[in-house]
Amino acid sequence: MQKLVDIVAGVTNGSLKASAVVEEHLARIVARESEIHAFNLVTADQARTDAAKVDEDVKAGKKVGALAGVPIALKDNMCTRGVETTCSSKILQGWKPPYDATVVTKLRAAGAVIMGKTNLDEFAMGSSTENSAFGPTKNPHDVSRVPGGSSGGSAAAVSAGFAAASLGSDTGGSIRQPAALCGVVGVKPTYGVVSRYGLVAFASSLDQIGPFTSDVRDAATLLEVISGHDPMDSTSIPQPAPSLVSVLDHGVAGMRIGRVTDLPEGCEPDVLARLEAAFDALRSAGAIIVDIKLPSIQYCLTAYYLIAPAEASSNLARYDGVRYGNRVDAADLNSMYAATREAGFGEEVKRRIMLGTYALSAGYYDAYYGKALKVRRLISDDFAHAYEKTDVILTPTSPSVAFKFGSKTDNPLAMYLCDVFTIPTNLAGHPAMSVPFGTGADSMPVGVQVLATTLGEQAMFKVAAELERSL
Amino acid sequence: MAEKISKETVVKVSRLARLSLTTEETERMTAQLAGMLEHFRDIDALDLASVEPMTQPYPLKNVLRKDVELPSLDRDEVLDQAPAAESGRFRVPPTIGFDV
Repeated sequence: MQKLVDIVAGVTNGSLKASAVVEEHLARIVARESEIHAFNLVTADQARTDAAKVDEDVKAGKKVGALAGVPIALKDNMCTRGVETTCSSKILQGWKPPYDATVVTKLRAAGAVIMGKTNLDEFAMGSSTENSAFGPTKNPHDVSRVPGGSSGGSAAAVSAGFAAASLGSDTGGSIRQPAALCGVVGVKPTYGVVSRYGLVAFASSLDQIGPFTSDVRDAATLLEVISGHDPMDSTSIPQPAPSLVSVLDHGVAGMRIGRVTDLPEGCEPDVLARLEAAFDALRSAGAIIVDIKLPSIQYCLTAYYLIAPAEASSNLARYDGVRYGNRVDAADLNSMYAATREAGFGEEVKRRIMLGTYALSAGYYDAYYGKALKVRRLISDDFAHAYEKTDVILTPTSPSVAFKFGSKTDNPLAMYLCDVFTIPTNLAGHPAMSVPFGTGADSMPVGVQVLATTLGEQAMFKVAAELERSL
Repeated sequence: MAEKISKETVVKVSRLARLSLTTEETERMTAQLAGMLEHFRDIDALDLASVEPMTQPYPLKNVLRKDVELPSLDRDEVLDQAPAAESGRFRVPPTIGFDV
């Protein structure tokens, strides 16, 4: 598969035509999309027009952007002006946003070619894309297995070569887990590094946009483009994002790599074996392995599954059949709200709205939501102590390789456990990324997760690059 | 922590959430929520009395921009996406005169 950086180099120096690159990717989509279902919408005509424009600019000697001619797919929860944005929900089916998300504006300004909108678990709630109202995405490595989720379409699109890169969003692991299951790189940046303006909100204190790519250098290149302060997002960090590509070849000699000695149980042995191999590789490259403890992360699922649904129940109150999306008519306003929401939301979304509404309701707030916020503090404090002793932490990304369709759909808690290694990062607001690191059971891809502290992306990328080199 | 969630509570919460759940959904939701809330009891063992709640991951203060007019969304484009609009406004069913 063509690397993002090679496409940019070729298109910029004129040796490669952006139009030809787009056609190659469209041809792969034609060949395999009916089997994979990575996309809710392929914007082929617009992609061809945009690619032709890049080629014209190159020919005219104009300066082109840092992503000139790169085919990129967007998770279908990022607003694209005039182009359908559904969140894989019936309630938003047909909605054409009146504005572009900041990341979309940045991608276009950099010369990227948007290929379409990718499938997800409805409103990004899920770990397998089985909660999409439009049917699941298949794992390109084995179509009887899930691609992970919620950004399963974005992960599959890169894995299948439908796009050189894609963007996803990560609230509790929704970039990293599908990246691991599909064998690609997936990055959740520090909360506030990438603007959330135009990202349809799930849990606002946890959501963050990040890239999927086929290697670490591509991820660093794409993340540099989409990062930066945005006055349209009040939680955007008001300082320049750190340079990432420049540190990739620094190596890890002398760096401290944290090994969590009280990791939550339930990880499959094939995945743990790859984690051990990753520690060995880093040790051989001169890093120092440090034992650390994170005693409170055993409570991360409870904190997360109270906080995220609470925020979601509030954020999703806006789908009321008044300003956008679909409506089910009824005689009065309240009946219209209830009928619209009952018909428009799928089961998992309703479940989380109910859980969140309950956790926030009078009489239960202190017992549930209030306590969860305190546990969030404990988890954050655990990380703070750990990062006094180490520069990064290494864990599995997912407890297992990609699982079969239907194997967890009847048991919400079993599905929630898929995120046990990824959730703590979101609660703390830290960056983390999944790097493909060989294969496990049934030759399916395994990802290793590199975690760092707030704005510790440089350290994280150094280690990720070293892991990739060692393979 | 609170007692096991009842069907009556689920019905009440669904009303707060503006969801008109079917009888079958209510039954299923009651069992599933009870299962989850049981799992969530693991934090009951923690002493949290002196712990400060954490509401956001990055400490930022609210800032106000200067009170000057800036371009906004195009009204026609916005209303074009509404389920019902009339005379430059969103149109909704009657809001009063019915039980809520």
